[in-house]
Amino acid sequence: MQLPDLNTVWFILVGVLFTGYAILDGFDLGVGILHLFVKNDHDRRILLNSIGPVWDGNEVWLVTGGGALFAAFPGAYATVFSGFYNAFMLLLVALIFRAVAIEFRSKETGKTWRQAWDIAFSLGSFLAALLIGVAMGNITRGIPLNAEGDYVGTFIGLLNPYSLLLGLTVVALFAMHGAIYLVLKTEGALQAEIRSWVPWLIGAFLVLFILFNLDTFFECPNLLGVMRNRPYGFAVLILNIIVALSIPGIIRAGYEMGAFLASCLTMVLLMAVLGISYFPNLVISHPDPANSLTIYNVASSQKTLANMLVIAVIGVPIVLAYTASIYWIFRGKTKIGHVGY
Amino acid sequence: MSVEILSRIQFTLTVAFHYIYPPMTIGLGVLLVIMEGIYIKTKNPLFHQLAHFWTKVFGLVFAIGVATGIVMEFEFGTNWAAYSRFVGDIFGSALAAEGIFAFFLESGFLALLLFGWDKVGPKMHFFATCMVALGAHFSAIWIVVANSWMQTPAGFHLEKITKGVHTPLPSGYIVQAEDLGHVRAVVDNFWAMVLNPSSMERLTHVVLGAWLTGAFLIISISAWYLLKGKHQKFAKASITVAVIFASVTSILQMVSADVTARGVVRNQPIKLAAMEGVYKTEEATPMTLFGYVDQNKRETIGPKIPGLLSFLSFHNFRTPVLGLNELPDDAFLAARHPGMSTGELAKIRPTYWPMVGATFQFYHVMIIIGSIIFAIAFVSLLLLRNGLLFRTDLPAVRAFLWVLVFSVLGPQIANQAGWFTAEIGRQPWIVYNLLRTSDGLSRVVQANQVVFSIILFALIYILLFITFIYLLNKKIQHGPDDDEGHHTLAPGVDPEDLFSKQARA
Ligand code: HDD
Ligand code: HEM
Ligand code: HEM
Repeated sequence: MQLPDLNTVWFILVGVLFTGYAILDGFDLGVGILHLFVKNDHDRRILLNSIGPVWDGNEVWLVTGGGALFAAFPGAYATVFSGFYNAFMLLLVALIFRAVAIEFRSKETGKTWRQAWDIAFSLGSFLAALLIGVAMGNITRGIPLNAEGDYVGTFIGLLNPYSLLLGLTVVALFAMHGAIYLVLKTEGALQAEIRSWVPWLIGAFLVLFILFNLDTFFECPNLLGVMRNRPYGFAVLILNIIVALSIPGIIRAGYEMGAFLASCLTMVLLMAVLGISYFPNLVISHPDPANSLTIYNVASSQKTLANMLVIAVIGVPIVLAYTASIYWIFRGKTKIGHVGY
Repeated sequence: MSVEILSRIQFTLTVAFHYIYPPMTIGLGVLLVIMEGIYIKTKNPLFHQLAHFWTKVFGLVFAIGVATGIVMEFEFGTNWAAYSRFVGDIFGSALAAEGIFAFFLESGFLALLLFGWDKVGPKMHFFATCMVALGAHFSAIWIVVANSWMQTPAGFHLEKITKGVHTPLPSGYIVQAEDLGHVRAVVDNFWAMVLNPSSMERLTHVVLGAWLTGAFLIISISAWYLLKGKHQKFAKASITVAVIFASVTSILQMVSADVTARGVVRNQPIKLAAMEGVYKTEEATPMTLFGYVDQNKRETIGPKIPGLLSFLSFHNFRTPVLGLNELPDDAFLAARHPGMSTGELAKIRPTYWPMVGATFQFYHVMIIIGSIIFAIAFVSLLLLRNGLLFRTDLPAVRAFLWVLVFSVLGPQIANQAGWFTAEIGRQPWIVYNLLRTSDGLSRVVQANQVVFSIILFALIYILLFITFIYLLNKKIQHGPDDDEGHHTLAPGVDPEDLFSKQARA
């Protein structure tokens, strides 16, 4: 068997980082999206404390994913971030508000204060999920690039129905993931309430996801061409839907952890489908595919890719080890104690 | 306004605001390690209380540091796309390494630091504190390395990419206008890149500056408690630790400042001349203590000490420091403007200078504030040794404690002024002598987009800053929990407290 080249390895590693982000920040963004639907103050504090110790570490997956994209494929980093300028500024605003809202909210007892930060937290989470989906949608569909690799479309052009559909799909996905996480972390009446939401959220996600896949047939014929050569991609897609469908049953059977892992697997499979359909492209140029950015034409030098691989091989196992221990230490149902929000 | 100016304003605004918080995180981190370390060693519950309270302050600072840091991470791509393509091979690695080695460590163990008090044992908690502090230092390392590479690039060569073919360019190649988008820097030697000529000295200087920032935050809040007669035991213990730490650090900072400045003499003579407002090259170059730069007349007005700048730069009173009228030299200019006469080159020369007045002023603010910090730290240490610092009955001591309350601003101002000196002094280059700032912009971003984002960030940062101050103040007013301060003082009064207001009342 032939070993994959460094460019491919980095395609996979950047994919792994963004998948890590989707799985981990996915649930805390989801908790944020659901936050306003939980009514009383005590329950809202439970929600905040359930993600309190981990949300910041989760967000680092995005930061590191961005850093790795910059290091491995600087051309793609430059094109996407400058091309989607307004969208990313809004994303940054959303992430800022939700980060500080978690910290600020419970520091005052005033009703207006708490209400305001609750809204900031929830809206910020919703907007972040939506914008991430919209950005992914545009990349899947292809964006107009010139020969220099610069984006030549408009901001409004980014808000096309196809990408918005993926945006909403991601919102539903994260909300579903967050709800399942909360089932794991809560108990009593609050848990019963959230548990009753789960089938609806899964339903919403699946309907949107299937609509999105159908839309892909019409919008992205080139992608279909790619997938036809990689039939295993369809297998992964079907598996993805089956896993999502199985979650309500797992919850009913009382395997809360199992349901959460199934939800994580849904995310992994979804990212795998995307990866299979993109490879070796990073940003597809549409209408002129010749200008697409691939893992070869925008990559850093082989030397840098190799250096970075050394960094990743040393760093990632350590990160995974202590991240896992920290999740282990904070396992179990969330209680409100004297430390926390 | 041009996209260039606007993007620079935006970068300045966002990075300067971000940089209010990291120095506190880094400095408090070290002090938390010291306090908790003392607790582990002595089992004295007072130090547990210290660690606990300052951890809460740390948590608040950290949250805003994180929220504002994310903006920085992506701003290179959004506003400086051409720059990102040019340096991605080198700069990107440092940023990614920062994520993997620093941010994960910090944010992961932060959970234990803030929420783990009763989930893990004291030793494990102490370990978490150490890891958070270490993570904060790692992030300083990588980001300062990345920035220093922009100041003194090393360990790379340039290459040209035409239709997928990569051609290495000879060293000393001058990037031409038509090369933009096709030329990039490629790493030759990772460690030469990391250990570039300015990185270690600048890193030391930045980290020490951060330690001072954390120490003076504690000094300031503790001095206020002393003045108000609140939480006496707590405040005395805190201020003692912080004053000793600040004194040691400020000596180290003076040494580091000298090393850093001599590095600038060697690596970036134009920047140095701008920092000191030197136009004429003369033997026994004098140093202007403060004053202002008359850019039209090309002279700097203010009190001067003859020979001092020569001495500080070369440890010898005679050797001349090169002035701006000679910099950059004719060979450098002629290579970039072939066919020009010496007279024409002289006219072009100032376009290679940074804003001299601004560089001079920011630099002098840092030095003056730095000297004041140094003095304050030593007066505090002296008073502490003589047992006078807690004599709140003496008006002179009270006055000095009020100085300490405001001293928290000193390191903050010095840090900001230092970065403004370093970054403005680097202009007009974004990568020194290689890429101009105006060539590093995103080609597709328009002025109105940048204006929109500047306004957005400005509003949000004002809101954040006000809320931060409000909550910090609230935390200070509330004081440490399980307080052993003035309530319990009356029966078995602590002898040291005899002079405090409560004890006498
Ligand atoms: C000398 C230190 C220093 C300097 C010069 C900078 N930072 Fe910073 N940064 C830190 C020291 C730090 C820190 C101490 O590590 C922070 C502050 C609070 C925190 O949570 O970590 C941080 C947070 C922080 C975060 C959030 C990390 C997280 O989610 O945990 C990001 C993405 C950045 N920074 C990125 C940057 C960039 C791109 C900078 C340059 C323009 C920059 N920082 C300047
Ligand atoms: C790795 C870290 C850093 C990098 C890569 C970096 C890079 C840059 C870039 C790209 C610009 C815009 C171009 C320009 O106007 O010169 C800039 C300007 C500036 N940066 Fe930095 N910077 C870093 C850290 C900092 C920090 C921590 C500060 C602290 C406050 C700072 C202060 C400034 C200021 C004040 C300017 C404006 C200078 C001017 O407009 O003339 N920088 N820097
Ligand atoms: C007498 C005192 C000081 C001197 C002579 C001095 C010297 C310098 C010099 C020469 C630079 C520019 C380095 C460059 O452009 O690459 C610098 C930058 C800087 N200074 Fe100072 N410094 C002093 C005190 C301080 C103090 C007290 C602090 C903070 C508490 C501080 C914080 C900084 C920072 C954050 C930078 C920017 C980063 C860097 O370029 O290293 N300085 N200093």
